[in-house]
Amino acid sequence: MTAVSAARPAESARRRRFVLLLLFLALALAAGLSLLAGRYPAPGLISPSRLAEDDLAARLVFGLRLPRLLTAILLGMTLGGAGMVFQYLFNNPLVEPGFLGVSQGAAFGAAFVIVLVGGAALPVQVSAAVFALAGLGFSSLLARRLRYGGWILRLVLAGIAVSALFSAGVGLLKYLADPLRQLPELTFWLLGGLASITWERLLSVLPLTLPGLLLLLLFRWRLNLLSLGEATAFSLGAAPGRERWLLILAAVLPTAALISVSGMVGWVGLIVPHIARRLFGAEARFSLPASMLLGGLFVLLCDDLARILLAGEIPLGVLTALFGALIFLALMIFQKPGVSK
Amino acid sequence: MNAPLLSFRDVHFGYRRGRPVLRQVSFDLPPGRITAIVGPNGVGKTTLLYLALGWLTAWSGEILLDGRPLSGYGRLERGRRMALVPQSENTPFDYTVFEYVLLGRAPHLPPLGTPSRNDQAIAWQALERVGLTALAGQPVPQLSSGERQLMLLARAVVQTPRLLLLDEPTAHLDLHNKARLLDLLRRLRADGVTLLMTNHEPDVVLALADEVILMENGQPPQAGPLDRLFTAEHLSRIYRLPVRLVEVDGRKQVLWT
Repeated sequence: MTAVSAARPAESARRRRFVLLLLFLALALAAGLSLLAGRYPAPGLISPSRLAEDDLAARLVFGLRLPRLLTAILLGMTLGGAGMVFQYLFNNPLVEPGFLGVSQGAAFGAAFVIVLVGGAALPVQVSAAVFALAGLGFSSLLARRLRYGGWILRLVLAGIAVSALFSAGVGLLKYLADPLRQLPELTFWLLGGLASITWERLLSVLPLTLPGLLLLLLFRWRLNLLSLGEATAFSLGAAPGRERWLLILAAVLPTAALISVSGMVGWVGLIVPHIARRLFGAEARFSLPASMLLGGLFVLLCDDLARILLAGEIPLGVLTALFGALIFLALMIFQKPGVSK
Repeated sequence: MNAPLLSFRDVHFGYRRGRPVLRQVSFDLPPGRITAIVGPNGVGKTTLLYLALGWLTAWSGEILLDGRPLSGYGRLERGRRMALVPQSENTPFDYTVFEYVLLGRAPHLPPLGTPSRNDQAIAWQALERVGLTALAGQPVPQLSSGERQLMLLARAVVQTPRLLLLDEPTAHLDLHNKARLLDLLRRLRADGVTLLMTNHEPDVVLALADEVILMENGQPPQAGPLDRLFTAEHLSRIYRLPVRLVEVDGRKQVLWT
């Protein structure tokens, strides 16, 4: 009797694994189509035969489109995965991976170089990454000094304060920026986009990104434990303090690296995890990989629209915010009754 | 008498320097018994429980589990011997009851391992034991507080502990669920599990406990058998309130005015 009853969860695990596989195939298919889709020579799909004959087309597709779409997928996987991890670690479905001063830190770092140094691509990237990590560092140091509340509340408060400081700095730099040369560049960076991605820039983020994502995937079942109270996680044999910081770092390092090349791409890290949990349930063994795959698919499709829809580039951050918010609203309105409590 | 499962030897503890909460705590927990920690609000009952868990570290003194210092146990080794049923635990995420109970297998898994079919069968048996199999697929945030308490007990059972720590296990339960929980705890005792619980309700202590640890503000706690320590005289003193013990239909009850 027990064996039969225990088969039910096993069956649901099989079903969820199957849907994950479908999701992976959908992502692969979308990537293949995205590689062929674009505005050269005309808006639409380029035919493989044309690709074989036209030298310019081949350089365009393999030198520009391919690294760009791989970066879009990686960005989405990172934001979706890191967002999910943060929501579990902070036991709060409303946090996103940049909230510990990371996003605003990156924005300040980029603005600093664009306005005060003069913005070549590489210095902007390095400065954004350094200040993103500095944002995390300040937040955690500040949280340690606060004498108020539990660690979650302290880190959230510290993150809010550090983000506010950095965004005040960004405001000041905007005010100082040359409105004809620097301000457009800064604004464009803050709206996010992948137009400037090259193979070199993609390769430069991989050393931080791939190990981080791999570590998160390896820890995916333990994430469930860490979402419980600290004493409870401890009673189940976890080391909540150590494991939590390991996972925060494994989530923030890839996020910082990718924001530094993409600029601000908002809402993905907040909304994609919700969709993943809706489809796969809360168990992180399924919902974390699902969040990564859905995030990759979401950013890839948004970036396709960003580069194909109009002759000029639409900022990616605008599209992720637009579609992210629409999906979020749809989720809220068409929620199964009784789920939100 | 068997060797004690858990011993406190002259343990001192406080949350802030210079402000001890617990002083000179010494007691032995006899195996296979139910021990209740009793005392007024804020006297440190839950603190004592969390010291026994190892989550809090004593300022001085020794805590021994099975004759070995608690601090010398590995995390997993400790998690396999000892389980906690916390007083309240909330998750905003829609775990199913089954997935949640399965988390209790964590200390039995290899590093970064995931539960096997065998672990799932153990979790299912625990759900059968507490009578929650019908709710196995329900989201945890939708449970009533009584169902949630039974689920937390099932998760602790899945850990197959020898020592079970419970923080106010009967708080927020109606009479039916209280009786059900008491019955489950007695059956765990019959299986040889040692239980240590904090409890505010004298009738639960009288109905369930074999031993009590009496805690009083500013005094070292006293430990001993229920009928010797749980007297009108002691209760009147620690709660600073006239208390009478009466017998109704062969069951002792606490009366207070």
